[in-house]
Amino acid sequence: MQRKIGKVVSELAPSGIRRFFDLVLGMKDVISLGVGEPDFVTPWEIREAGITSLEEGYTSYTSNKGLYKLRLYIARHLKQRYGLEYDPDNEILITVGVSEGLDLAARSVINPGDEVIVPQPCYVSYGPVAELAGGVVKYVDTKNTGFKLTPQLLEKHCTKKTKAVMINYPSNPTGVSYRKKELQALAKVIVKHDLLLISDEVYDDLTYDFNHCAFPSLSAVIKDRVIYLNGFSKGFAMTGWRIGYACAHRDIIAAMTKVHQYTMLCAPIMSQMAACEALQSAKRSVEEMKREYKRRRNFVIDRLNEIGLTLKCPEGAFYAFPSIKKTKLSSLDFANKLLNDKKVAVVPGNAFGPQYDDHIRISYASSFANLKEALERMESFVNDL
Amino acid sequence: MDPILEILEKDARTSVDDIAKMAKLKKEEVKKRIKQYEKEGIIVGYKALINKELVKEEGRAVRALIEVTIVPQKDLGFDRIAERIYSFPEVTSCTLISGTYDLLLVVEGKDLHTVANFVAEKLAPLENVRGTVTHFLLKKYKEDGTVLKHKEQNKRIAISY
Repeated sequence: MQRKIGKVVSELAPSGIRRFFDLVLGMKDVISLGVGEPDFVTPWEIREAGITSLEEGYTSYTSNKGLYKLRLYIARHLKQRYGLEYDPDNEILITVGVSEGLDLAARSVINPGDEVIVPQPCYVSYGPVAELAGGVVKYVDTKNTGFKLTPQLLEKHCTKKTKAVMINYPSNPTGVSYRKKELQALAKVIVKHDLLLISDEVYDDLTYDFNHCAFPSLSAVIKDRVIYLNGFSKGFAMTGWRIGYACAHRDIIAAMTKVHQYTMLCAPIMSQMAACEALQSAKRSVEEMKREYKRRRNFVIDRLNEIGLTLKCPEGAFYAFPSIKKTKLSSLDFANKLLNDKKVAVVPGNAFGPQYDDHIRISYASSFANLKEALERMESFVNDL
Repeated sequence: MDPILEILEKDARTSVDDIAKMAKLKKEEVKKRIKQYEKEGIIVGYKALINKELVKEEGRAVRALIEVTIVPQKDLGFDRIAERIYSFPEVTSCTLISGTYDLLLVVEGKDLHTVANFVAEKLAPLENVRGTVTHFLLKKYKEDGTVLKHKEQNKRIAISY
């Protein structure tokens, strides 16, 4: 049936490490440091709110934009946290996770042939989402700039066709984040070239060494150019609830809502009700999880450097992206061999861009005991090579 | 709270080495602070959290919560009488609380009879003890923040982006 598949999807690059993923899934007793979601269960107060909403019979559609109450709480949260002003009436849209927000953003602003700048290494869906919207993706390698997009790099890749930039900080897979000054420098280039910025800040709650700065909070001028995406998956450990939100200029939100109403209709109501509770009462749980991640990060980074899989300490998320150069193995060989010899799973770096074949992604969203054991196994693995 | 205390409260067996890494401190500093906490009585001890319901042990099979109403003593308040009560080995925990009674005890014994006897013969007759109410514990679900049941299985898929 291959010939029946549409051209755009046919030409979409397949994930090169699907087979490796299948291998991991088929193996028993593996310590997996390859999981891209929190190891915590959603805090009880949030789950309880989800259960209550079902008990009370909230099983219907909501408005396309999502429950007004949730949009209002999000507006208040962003105001309080970042001084950001978004009108819950027409500048906020509730999405099915940040993934849907990203897709809606791309489809709402990209014309066929528009260039979209995507710094790599990056989360696997950025490029494909832009391509599905008809965009031409220009990947920017950030290996020599500490895995960060710089104004110089951005400037260098801008052409007359450039429409938008996609950025994610703290980053999956590197954990690297940006300070306000760095964002301001990027903002200048974005304004200069009349670009839009799609900013995925879903890991903002998990920033350990400084206060996260939301991109649209930099200035009113930049705010109009940013499609701000966030969600509940990471900070509140709510991945399975599939709930996120997009904030942007009302024209952009109106466009995104149009696509959303025809494709998704609305986010699940019970998830929306649970998300309301998350914003109201789960601050303490989020802080506790953050403190725990930070301790694990410190431990993991220290151990990796001891083992000789070196890296700078990442500022956020729950990932480490060390170099495996000294092992002289490709990232897939490294991951395969580590899995077979020591039963530890990591994600090969080339999943996040072909230039990162000398890196692996380690997720420290795993218990301390697991991390300690896994790193011991990795140490003996590297020493035996 | 000092991260060292937070880490030890979660797992008292965490090594100095690991604590130093997690808290980004020098090993010597961690050792020093732990010593200090022990000296100040902030860290009172280190012990395993045991689900006693699964341990078949002679002598400690039955536990009861006992509410004790007492008459405070002049100048000494509740402390003196509390000490007389918690010094009994049968009393495994003793807390002064606000409300309709004064001390809340956890008492352990080998059977109902033993615990009842302890209350009737040792506790109730004490001077200054005005009254007691005994509640036998049937099932413990959670202790000191830890849920006392077998660990749930991991529900995440083993690998994902």
